[in-house]
Amino acid sequence: MLRIGQDVYDAIVAHARRDHPDEACGVVTGPAGSDRAVDVRPMLNAARSPTFFEFESQELLQLYRDVDDRDEDIVVIYHSHTATEAYPSRTDITFGSNSPDSHWVLVSTRDPDTVEFRSFRIADGEVTEEPVEITDAKM
Amino acid sequence: MAIEVRIPTILRSYTGGEKSVEGKGDTLGDLFSDLDERHGGLRGRLVSDDGGLNRFVNVYLNDEDVRFLGGIETPVTDGDVVTILPAVAGG
Repeated sequence: MLRIGQDVYDAIVAHARRDHPDEACGVVTGPAGSDRAVDVRPMLNAARSPTFFEFESQELLQLYRDVDDRDEDIVVIYHSHTATEAYPSRTDITFGSNSPDSHWVLVSTRDPDTVEFRSFRIADGEVTEEPVEITDAKM
Repeated sequence: MAIEVRIPTILRSYTGGEKSVEGKGDTLGDLFSDLDERHGGLRGRLVSDDGGLNRFVNVYLNDEDVRFLGGIETPVTDGDVVTILPAVAGG
């Protein structure tokens, strides 16, 4: 299960809306081993594409360096789908198997009035959806 | 002196849990072959079947993405630091 604060949820959705019609991507970090998603960090989509995303390579290096320095984990990796449902694509599954310790959050921006926000675990090519619990208080 | 190679969590099963290992070689490709002698299977996660860099990893030579240098042919030398990270991408 993914438990996140309303503020984190809102920040991810706002980022996805802002970058529409391109895919938005980013992470939420938190203290190592805590599974607490605390700090939203929007990342540049180096692909700048409505159908693909890739973390820009220098930003990726800096992200891992910061996470190491601060003894944090990348708790959530999120990105948006702009024309399809919030479910991992085949490409997501291939790359996602590289990051089995993170929750994969998908947001669909295909409908401007409806928010689709779902969370998955991806490991060894297998996708498992998990419930998302939104908490009021900042975690 | 040798070349320091920083290994991401996902690949530490090949290095007995070590975050960082050392190797030698004149190019990145040589270095990966050298590492594979002590850490069997590691090369297969870094190099694709066509001999190029695997697209699922980002490889940096002294903080520069090697895709913008010479890829697998990038020259390396003692004292260099190579960092390997899982690429984060999707569709």
